[in-house]
Amino acid sequence: MAKILEVKNLVTGYRGKDGFIKAVDGVSFDIEKGETVCIVGESGSGKSVTSMSIMRLVEYENGQILDGEIIFNGEDLTTKNAEQMRKIRGSKVSMIFQEPLTALNPVFTVGKQISESILFHQKMTKQEALIKAEELLSLVGLSEPKTRLKQYPHELSGGMRQRVMIAMALATNPELLIADEPTTALDVTIEAQILELLRKLREQNDMSIMLITHDIGVAVEMSHRIIIMYAGKVMEISETSDIIRKPYHPYTKALLESVPTMDGERGTELKSIKGSIPSLNQLPKGCRFAPRCPLATEQCHSQEPPLVAKDNRQVACWHVDKFINQADTEQGREGDYVE
Amino acid sequence: MLSEDKRQQEPLVEVKHLKKYFEVKESGGVKRKKKVIKAVNDVSLTIYQGETLGLVGESGCGKSTLGRNILRLQEPTDGEVIFHDQDILTYNKKQLRQIRNKMQIIYQDPFGSLNPRFTIGQSISEMFKIHGLYTPKEREERTKELLELVGLDPNRYHSYPHEFSGGQRQRVGIARALALNPEFIVADEPVSALDVSVQSQIINLLMKLKKDFGLTLLFIAHGLNVVRHISDRVGVMYLGKLVEISETDNIFDSPAHPYTAALLSTVPDPNPEKRRERIVLEGEVPSPASPPSGCSFRTRCPLATERCKQVVPELQEVRSGHFVSCHYPLAKGQTLLDAIKEKQTSKV
Repeated sequence: MAKILEVKNLVTGYRGKDGFIKAVDGVSFDIEKGETVCIVGESGSGKSVTSMSIMRLVEYENGQILDGEIIFNGEDLTTKNAEQMRKIRGSKVSMIFQEPLTALNPVFTVGKQISESILFHQKMTKQEALIKAEELLSLVGLSEPKTRLKQYPHELSGGMRQRVMIAMALATNPELLIADEPTTALDVTIEAQILELLRKLREQNDMSIMLITHDIGVAVEMSHRIIIMYAGKVMEISETSDIIRKPYHPYTKALLESVPTMDGERGTELKSIKGSIPSLNQLPKGCRFAPRCPLATEQCHSQEPPLVAKDNRQVACWHVDKFINQADTEQGREGDYVE
Repeated sequence: MLSEDKRQQEPLVEVKHLKKYFEVKESGGVKRKKKVIKAVNDVSLTIYQGETLGLVGESGCGKSTLGRNILRLQEPTDGEVIFHDQDILTYNKKQLRQIRNKMQIIYQDPFGSLNPRFTIGQSISEMFKIHGLYTPKEREERTKELLELVGLDPNRYHSYPHEFSGGQRQRVGIARALALNPEFIVADEPVSALDVSVQSQIINLLMKLKKDFGLTLLFIAHGLNVVRHISDRVGVMYLGKLVEISETDNIFDSPAHPYTAALLSTVPDPNPEKRRERIVLEGEVPSPASPPSGCSFRTRCPLATERCKQVVPELQEVRSGHFVSCHYPLAKGQTLLDAIKEKQTSKV
């Protein structure tokens, strides 16, 4: 299948007191046409910074892409100037954000905002753009689209705002939709609606989706492949069904196990990962997960493991073979991750 | 811990017909009308000694307001809260302060709930000061014990909140709540703001402390998997009303209210084999300022009929210990999809 996006060795930093703090440090992955890829990680893992880098929005937040390539449809986005980027943004690649209230302009009506983005990329009259906007609103499942056009963001609920954002993102039939925690601020029943909508739209429009989430349940439900990030690095990339059945990275395993399931035994001690996520200006020397990893050895504390191919996945762990063997023999045994 | 079903069935807190109304002014020029929002609308429930009662619902359903009103951190509009056989809503300030040490709260936001200008030691030992307990030296000792108890280094007594991570701050919040040896703790979304890997640490801590100190917990959260894990019984709220309450397994294995059933079906489970048939509810939660007539869930309910529009369903026992407020509760083992199909065929 054709690749729509290839990120190669991306390094993005934010200006700090003493030089750049690298929020994303050497991240590589790709997305195929029509595929949904989820980036899963906790706060500070660099998942949002990765998406902001692809959109080249980090530059507006005191950040900078320090190294690497972002190949979108054969073109390297890191070499584009602001004007070229503006043309690509919102037409070929669109993005929806976590907080739909802050992402919309409070002083313009919904209709004005959607038609503005249509007019920026396509030649048509204002009237035509408004009609298109109305179509888009009904496409994303908003009732009474005509009335909605005249409403301001504060008149809409969270779920409706997120639908407006999606309508705006779809205005130009993008080939890639980046969704940064699109349902985190929403209630579960509304979350279900939005995820359903995204799935439907992906099939209808044949676009690729890059979904960023901290909820591994959402990732499993939505994606073909999952990228697990931790402290600015990719830990594991794998097909969704594989990663759930058998994680290859100790962090992936720990992450999966620390979520209480809907059918596990209640009231038992949950497996948890000791310690907390390292802050980006005090990163451990070797593997970034080493201080919290039950398998960590001297090597892990001194050398950083590269992301290497293993079976049909990619894993960054020195002890991947040992880990897989151990998981095979120890299946069902407990005591690994207890605090 | 939970399988020991020999729980004492002594009620610790009895909430009777609790109401909390907020008055809001409608915008609209000269003829401003006052509108009443019924954030908690006639809720009755009992919390038994030593149990964890989970409370779930979407945002705006009144679950946090209920928690705060039970502790009188907000003044309820009407109703009774019986704690140790006495209605604490009739207490004056002095009486209230005397029982405050028995009822505590843990907040969601570990950033907003600690005073940034107090060291965590000060924050915790302030509890003793307010209640006039111990000498200053004893206070410090006791505080350090508490820090150790919740898994923090006692040497960080003199550290400020900003030096701690979210999970650590939540531990401080828990230490504070435990300082006065309470009997009853309201935990208001204690893990919602935390990362997954830290969340399970805090859940484990809460479960351990509850067992060690024989605490009674009202655990408010919107994460259904978390609530299921920690609770003995679960109540479900929708638009200010308690719509269902029962033992945790009853709620999760055979929900009786269509709302509960739909809510459960939306939980994304990492295990694809165990995924339930998904029922996506249409529409959104109506504004509490103008709730629908009859059953408040009827606008989104796939089973709603004319009767739901006219008659408000009362909370009643449909199975042993399983209370639900619905005219058409699901039978044991019946799924919501079955019920929807049944309704369609009976129509034809």
